[in-house]
Amino acid sequence: MNSVIKSVAYTLTHAPDLVIQAGTTQSTERIVNPDGEYLKALPGALRSFEDAVNYPPNQAYIGGMTPQQLAEIPMPWYENGAESDRFGKFGEIMPQEELYLLMQICDCFDLVLLEAEYSEKAAKLTESHPLFSAEIAARIKPGVELEVIKNEVESNGAEGLYHGGKLVGCVKKAHSIDVNLNAHVILENLVSKATSVISMLHLVKNSGIDPAVVDCVIDCSEEAVGDMNQRGGGNLAKASAEIAGLTGVTGYDLRAFCAAPVHAIITAAALVKSGTFKNVVVTGGGSTAKLGMNAKDHVKKGLPVLEDVLGGFAVLISENDGINPEILSEYVGWHTVGSGSSPQAVITALVTDPLDKMGLKITDIDKFSPEMHNPDVTKPAGAGDVPESNFKMIGALAVKRGEMERAQLPEFVKKHGMVGFAPTQGHIPSGIPYLGFGREDMLSGSITRAMFVGKGSLFLGRMTNLFDGASFVVEKNSGVGDTGSISEEQVRSLIAETLRDFAKSLGGE
Amino acid sequence: MAILANKKVIAIGDRDGVPGPAIEEVVKTAGGEVVFSSTECFV
Repeated sequence: MNSVIKSVAYTLTHAPDLVIQAGTTQSTERIVNPDGEYLKALPGALRSFEDAVNYPPNQAYIGGMTPQQLAEIPMPWYENGAESDRFGKFGEIMPQEELYLLMQICDCFDLVLLEAEYSEKAAKLTESHPLFSAEIAARIKPGVELEVIKNEVESNGAEGLYHGGKLVGCVKKAHSIDVNLNAHVILENLVSKATSVISMLHLVKNSGIDPAVVDCVIDCSEEAVGDMNQRGGGNLAKASAEIAGLTGVTGYDLRAFCAAPVHAIITAAALVKSGTFKNVVVTGGGSTAKLGMNAKDHVKKGLPVLEDVLGGFAVLISENDGINPEILSEYVGWHTVGSGSSPQAVITALVTDPLDKMGLKITDIDKFSPEMHNPDVTKPAGAGDVPESNFKMIGALAVKRGEMERAQLPEFVKKHGMVGFAPTQGHIPSGIPYLGFGREDMLSGSITRAMFVGKGSLFLGRMTNLFDGASFVVEKNSGVGDTGSISEEQVRSLIAETLRDFAKSLGGE
Repeated sequence: MAILANKKVIAIGDRDGVPGPAIEEVVKTAGGEVVFSSTECFV
């Protein structure tokens, strides 16, 4: 039987100082234009934690408001935030202090140093956090003198950790000459690990699952963990699961640029459907490199730096319980080597080919979730409204296939699409952001099925000019679980459905 | 179309728009010479 989407968690982590420190737009600028106006103006354009919490798309991402509610707020959204809670029904928005502490908690090699006073203050903050258990808090190490940190940064190749522009800690290099273990790489990997851990902790809470019964974790984030002998050796999945308390799991990393989460969910669904595992977690932490990716345009236009949060998510895929929405493993979409790279060829491979196999029309999919980038970020940077472009292309193919009239295209975009609400963190916006709301919409019966589409830019690695992508369809549960037994409520529903069909057939005669 | 005839062209395609190889084909058809082509991801 098909596996199901049992639970979903989404987290954001506010990291304004890491925008300056670790975002590639900024590190590139420090090399090519170190005295330029942009780097001087950047600190003044960073948002406070409160602004990041109140930002409507961030609230939609953690489940504080629905995409429909977000669509009703006039753009630009950064001007129309309202006081909000850092915790939403899917997860939370974590402040930078807690991130640094969580990085230290995730550090198994004494590479993260925090200044004593700062560490103490951050540790106090976490005392009220519902998911920082005593076991996790016990991993916090004593703080050190600022002079020790300064010496590591100035003389030993450590990366500084800053808060409000002030040095408060550092990440040391893990090897004297191996570039794959230098401080920059260790910083990136620890951030990815920490944001994956917090996402999995929320997933355990949301699902109520006993961590001991999770069998496997697949990490689909963006970083390569390894050394000079194997740059992408891994394994962030097990490394993160260890801290999150999932002690019974095996796991591995799956990389496919931004399409990795969709590939990972397809893989996890197949592993559960085949009976190899009963419960698989797909997790993805955030990417420091992408922080402030479009900030040059934002700063130039007088906007705040909107790309100041790290994204994270975790999904629990389990055996069919007869209730939760099913992943239709037999009808996944693949972009093949021979598919071609024009937008039309890509959408054909990812959307219409699997639908043809299912005997469905484009309009039979209630909601599409392709690249869900927040347009508040992309439009001022000249990259347009990415989700809207995807919905238009899907709708155009429906017109071409004779499944609807051209005049219906604007209505199609509205009805079968939604506004983008995910941070531009590469793999994070790629299909996955709607999985939480989509699951709820199917459980409530407001929609029957949704398609999730991820795309990956393989050409960026300079090994091929090829494009990549994958898709899967999630459908309302048919009501019969793996146990073979069905609930009283499901029996009632089946009888009602049969009677309705019978009445219809009488009426027809 | 004539504006590209006998011109050297650098083609930068967009992952979510028109990819580099597609621009290359158009340029070649229009009589231009592609000296560099790539597709980039802007998001």
